[in-house]
Amino acid sequence: MSATAAPAPRGRFSKRMRLRYYSAQNVPLLLSLGLLAALLILYYFLFIAREGRAPGNFELTTTVNNTLTTGLAAMGQAMVVLTGGIDLSVGGIIDMTNAFAAVHMGTSTGSMIGVSLLVLLLGTGAGLINGLLVAYGRLQPIVVTIATLTIYQGVAIEIMNTPGGQIPQAMTDMFSGTIPRLGYLPNSLVLLALLIVFWQILRRTPFVATLYAIGNDARAARANGAAVVRTRLAAFGLSGFFSGFAGLYFATVNTSGDPTSGDTFTLTSIAAVVLGGISLFGGRGSALGALVGAFILNLILIVLFFTAIDQEYTDLFQGLFLILAVVASVLVGRLLQRGR
Amino acid sequence: MPSIEGLSISKSFGGVRALREASFSAEQGEVHALVGENGAGKSTMIKILSGLYPPDSGQIRVHNQPVSLGSPQAALQLGMATIFQELTLLPYMTVAENLLLDREPRFGGLIRRGAMPDAAQTLLDQYAVQGLNPLELVANLTLGRRQVVEIVKTVSRQPRILFLDEPTSALAEEEVKWLFGLIADLRRRGVCMVFTSHRWNEIKGLADRITVFRNGASVGVFAGIDLSEEGAVELMTGRKLDMQYPEPPPLAKRTPVFAAHDLAGRGLRGATFTSYEGEILGVGGLAGQGQRDLFLALFGAGRFKSGFIDVRGARVRLRSPRAAIRAGIALVPEDRKTEGLLLPLSIRANLSLPILGRLSRAGIIHRRAEEILNRSIIEQLAVRTPSQEQPVGMLSGGNQQKVLLGRWLLSGARILLLYDITRGVDVATKHDIYELILRLAAEGHTLLFYSTDTEELAHICHRVIIMREGRFVAELEGQAITPEAIVAAAIRVPGSDRPLSARQAAGAPA
Repeated sequence: MSATAAPAPRGRFSKRMRLRYYSAQNVPLLLSLGLLAALLILYYFLFIAREGRAPGNFELTTTVNNTLTTGLAAMGQAMVVLTGGIDLSVGGIIDMTNAFAAVHMGTSTGSMIGVSLLVLLLGTGAGLINGLLVAYGRLQPIVVTIATLTIYQGVAIEIMNTPGGQIPQAMTDMFSGTIPRLGYLPNSLVLLALLIVFWQILRRTPFVATLYAIGNDARAARANGAAVVRTRLAAFGLSGFFSGFAGLYFATVNTSGDPTSGDTFTLTSIAAVVLGGISLFGGRGSALGALVGAFILNLILIVLFFTAIDQEYTDLFQGLFLILAVVASVLVGRLLQRGR
Repeated sequence: MPSIEGLSISKSFGGVRALREASFSAEQGEVHALVGENGAGKSTMIKILSGLYPPDSGQIRVHNQPVSLGSPQAALQLGMATIFQELTLLPYMTVAENLLLDREPRFGGLIRRGAMPDAAQTLLDQYAVQGLNPLELVANLTLGRRQVVEIVKTVSRQPRILFLDEPTSALAEEEVKWLFGLIADLRRRGVCMVFTSHRWNEIKGLADRITVFRNGASVGVFAGIDLSEEGAVELMTGRKLDMQYPEPPPLAKRTPVFAAHDLAGRGLRGATFTSYEGEILGVGGLAGQGQRDLFLALFGAGRFKSGFIDVRGARVRLRSPRAAIRAGIALVPEDRKTEGLLLPLSIRANLSLPILGRLSRAGIIHRRAEEILNRSIIEQLAVRTPSQEQPVGMLSGGNQQKVLLGRWLLSGARILLLYDITRGVDVATKHDIYELILRLAAEGHTLLFYSTDTEELAHICHRVIIMREGRFVAELEGQAITPEAIVAAAIRVPGSDRPLSARQAAGAPA
């Protein structure tokens, strides 16, 4: 039930009161932050036990670099999941876009900027195709994107049939290097901060307000006069944009392309969204949770690596950990619910 | 000059004709009631006039101009707004977000989230709504409070034409008064209002004119003062109806069947009662005093921390609805859509679901036996349907209730928990339901009957127990059961004459 039903003081809502309501209404997001914190502590001590020193800037840089592709894909996935849909084509778009970038990008500044923009456009276009089929064709997102996933995978093979290509070093430095003058601040961390700022702006747009409304109840949203069809289309377009960005980032971090290695991001993006406390039924959660979820997923991998579990079994343990994490968050959520 | 007109409007849903060339018109500054049985087409007419559904044929005119309403958006732009029976609130968004949807305070195109609670509070104050916190999620509000949010949201868009589809069905008495004040105010300002209701005293008190619908078409328009309840019911049903409540026969002997001792837990603070074979035990009280929690606990769907439940003298542990069903307990909830029926499936599928095991031989369903059994229950309960294959979602509310009741009877339930099952049900079907309840009692079923309608509680129950703050505070029996006595017992605080505060009376969550 409600956190409280005490009548509000007229016209004034204190910071504390707002915070109390916000946290009571966003338990899953807070839980995922808690899980992330717990993993970070675990990682910290395992690292010291193994390396005899505390993790430093190098570890920070590689961790954020390795996470950001999943993070971007998960941000895109979140846009669609918040409307109550799902986007299975995320992996296909990453296949396609990272291959495109590796094949076409030259070393000139013009080429780097131009091809980067084309890659983002390609991703957005692919997302819009999904959106057109879902919003105007009134097809189910899962059906549409399972089909376009294979199509985009096919296009990726057309673009580049074996791993290869080249991303200019300057590009790689920009996305995954550090800024020496700012104490070797990782560029990817700056990018992460920009993503957070971007979402803070985005969630104040009428578009995202409608996105949540659709996820809550599409019929009610329509009766309220919300532009349901257009918003659905835009959600998929945005998902494609983020997937394209993820593809670009993936290529630059690897300094080359691979037309099939993007596939895994379909499932990891969904896992990140779930771990980040976004409801698969739509309408509840924050896209920031998707970023948190991406970090949780990656930290799980690193922690498993440190525990020296046989490489063959990491997938198995990652899966087990996922289940444990989800079960734990559900249990804690129920306990909190009962406590009130 | 008519504000809104629908001319010769027809509409079908999957072969069922909801409207047959129905016409309707309402004027500026008038309150116009649309009455009829469930399924007569009132709600469909309102949904078409407000742009939610397109008509199959016919014309809509607003201020004498023909219009084509492609969407609710288009209707809004023409100054039309609707308070829907199925609310259009977004459950996991706050009251403020719901109230201000699409017109949030903005700065340079961006929503000023921080300014929203204050802006929402200003709206609530403007409409004299108390005890609603803009920061609260709508999902955490009672049905009545949600309806208030819906009303404020819609009215604050300042429509020239306002449709209200059963606006009072979920409201407590205080809230109804508030709404009536609001409607009077809007009438003064020249707003055209069209509303539907099943409560005759509301129709009588509010309507300047009344249009009666039957079988998808209008059968007459009357000035509010010219039409009596009996006259209206006769027009609505096409037959003369006995307006008397049926009375239950006295209990011959008291065999205890179903008892609870000191149930405590969420919403319950020591509820104790005993009910007898063939008894209709009414449960009364203001909305939100733990009745819902009691019914859920008795059906194994809610948890209680302490206390016992006995069925025929034996202690039972009801850890799930499945366990309750096995103990012969069944629940018919108020919200059929989310609790109990599978709307897209046929009546047959819904009725057979809990007894598939009994209907099967070697794992295969015996179709013939199923059909005969289902037909007998459909006839017994007078479910109005063309066939067993009709999807339940296509039936009217009252008939859906009958199907759910029928399912439990087939599954052998002897203890029936009826939770506000006549809410939003038309007079004729209500009557059918009363008859059915009495017959079930006469056949030896034990019934617990919660209702927000004190009239019906007073008439069809053997005993009425009044609930307040999670426990029973009064018991009325025989001649002592009157609507006045029920209301008085619900409001009076034991040991003092202090009535509950307006907020509590309005059913705010404690």
